[in-house]
Amino acid sequence: MSVTLAEQVGAVARRSVTRTLRQPASAIPPLIFPTMLMAVNSAGLKASTRLPGFPTHSFLAFALAVPFIQGALFSTMNAGTDLARDIQTGFLNRLSLTSLRGSALLAGQLAGIVTLGLFQALFYILVGLVVGVHFAAGVGGIAVLFGFAALVSLGFGALGSFLALRTGSGEAIQGLFPLLFVFLFISSFNTPRNLIGVHWFRVAATVNPVSYLIECVRSLIILGWDGEALALGFGVATTIVIVAVALATWALRRRMAR
Amino acid sequence: MDADNSIVVEGLVRDFKTLRAVDGIDLRVEPGEIYGFLGPNGAGKSTTVLMLTTLLPPSAGKARVAGHDVVHEGPQVRGAIGAALQEAALDPLLTGRDHLRLQATLQGLPREERQSRTAELLERVGLSEAADRKVKGYSGGMKRRLDLALALVHRPRIIFLDEPTTGLDIQSRTALWAEVARLAHDDGVTVFLTTQYLEEADVLADRVGIIDHGHIVAEGTPAALKAEIGRPSVHASPLSDGDGERVAAVLSRFGEPVSGAVRDIAVRLRDGNAGLAEVVRALDAESLTVADLELRQPTLDDVFLAKTGRSLEGSGEEEEAAAPQGGGRAGRR
Repeated sequence: MSVTLAEQVGAVARRSVTRTLRQPASAIPPLIFPTMLMAVNSAGLKASTRLPGFPTHSFLAFALAVPFIQGALFSTMNAGTDLARDIQTGFLNRLSLTSLRGSALLAGQLAGIVTLGLFQALFYILVGLVVGVHFAAGVGGIAVLFGFAALVSLGFGALGSFLALRTGSGEAIQGLFPLLFVFLFISSFNTPRNLIGVHWFRVAATVNPVSYLIECVRSLIILGWDGEALALGFGVATTIVIVAVALATWALRRRMAR
Repeated sequence: MDADNSIVVEGLVRDFKTLRAVDGIDLRVEPGEIYGFLGPNGAGKSTTVLMLTTLLPPSAGKARVAGHDVVHEGPQVRGAIGAALQEAALDPLLTGRDHLRLQATLQGLPREERQSRTAELLERVGLSEAADRKVKGYSGGMKRRLDLALALVHRPRIIFLDEPTTGLDIQSRTALWAEVARLAHDDGVTVFLTTQYLEEADVLADRVGIIDHGHIVAEGTPAALKAEIGRPSVHASPLSDGDGERVAAVLSRFGEPVSGAVRDIAVRLRDGNAGLAEVVRALDAESLTVADLELRQPTLDDVFLAKTGRSLEGSGEEEEAAAPQGGGRAGRR
């Protein structure tokens, strides 16, 4: 009896997606909450667009980048809590007793997260189109947005998996979630970095990698093709993917040492 | 005799920080045998199973399962065994059929066989009608039956069942016993079954190993172990509390007291069953009335009592608090 790596990855990914679709309470918040936050911010901070140097006249277009990253943060929590639950319930033990390769487990889990990340991206893009946002980079830019969303979901999903494998506790993952949100709120998510007046905040936003993820998405929506923003965004996202996948692989190897 | 279906353990040890959960056990399970591993909570049963299923590395000692070393030949061991561990590790959001399909894929069953094997196992464990319901709606018995079906997907030669009937009602328990017996007797599967239920070990196991504090304290067929204890005991409940000492004094003439008897006064009869009539006559001669008088044949609990000085039933609860969770590397720690 033998099974290919692709079949194993497919089986685990299918389970991951099925799980998410069967628990709307975990699938819907990553869509609704970021959209609501965007709506509230857009209404309250519309006047910011009158600041000299603000890159667009539409705060909605400016803010649309945030849900992409916020949704990915939700992915971190979902990926982490799902895997932690598998550890707590012994389901990972069950999987460990099959011929499942560790790489297939991780890849399958992450493939499920990426699939959901792409679905989230589609939702946010549709919301943007419905409310009249013009995507400056056009159809090609939207395609790049999907690719970037997949990359960011992969990175954050791997980070969540790493945390789950190290802690083995869903509660610990949920406890870490607010910490991840701090990164979002001390970034350029509401104001371009060059317009942040408070010095320490500007420094924090500049060293915060989340700023570059948001600015990459934002550039495709409001600026068009900005090579520097794209390079920084993809560079940061790729670095997160490499580091997080390496950490998750190491943690899985330790957890599944059989 | 197929040597590849056997389990051979020599000097197996597992330490958890300051606690030695399994302390140098030796055992051998023959092919096609149902081996009952009996002991209270925290005795080391689950830790042993985790080591034999390759989920937890031993601290010392050797174990060969299906002819393969559990430390150095993990994949071969896992290919030959099925396991239903202590808690039915199921995903509440998946259906029974989803679980079996996933397991069939991950166990490498050919694609064309997965569906038929899934249907066959659902039928076998009586879950065909519930196959497309989410597991979160299953009863405890249904979850256990699904757990067993999952352990059987790849037709293992040896299965490990870790307290498979804990928490089940008697009907579900009996149904599971029938299936386990069928697996061993009809299919020739070797079964390593841990339990804290005396009746389960008595009914199901060809041989029993009794473990306490990480040591095997007795091993043999249930009949042989009980025969070792030999004599029956008589248990008397005085009608009034004030008669307790007098009843005890009368009974003590016929045998030695049974330690651990708390609800009644008990002695192991020196003259076997024949001693009962003498006991009745003696109580009558002393004008003592008892609410209940019972002659009990030796049970596995008596064996446990004789070997450890404690009754098996309920004896593990205080130990459980001190023992670590018996989790494997992949899961519960």
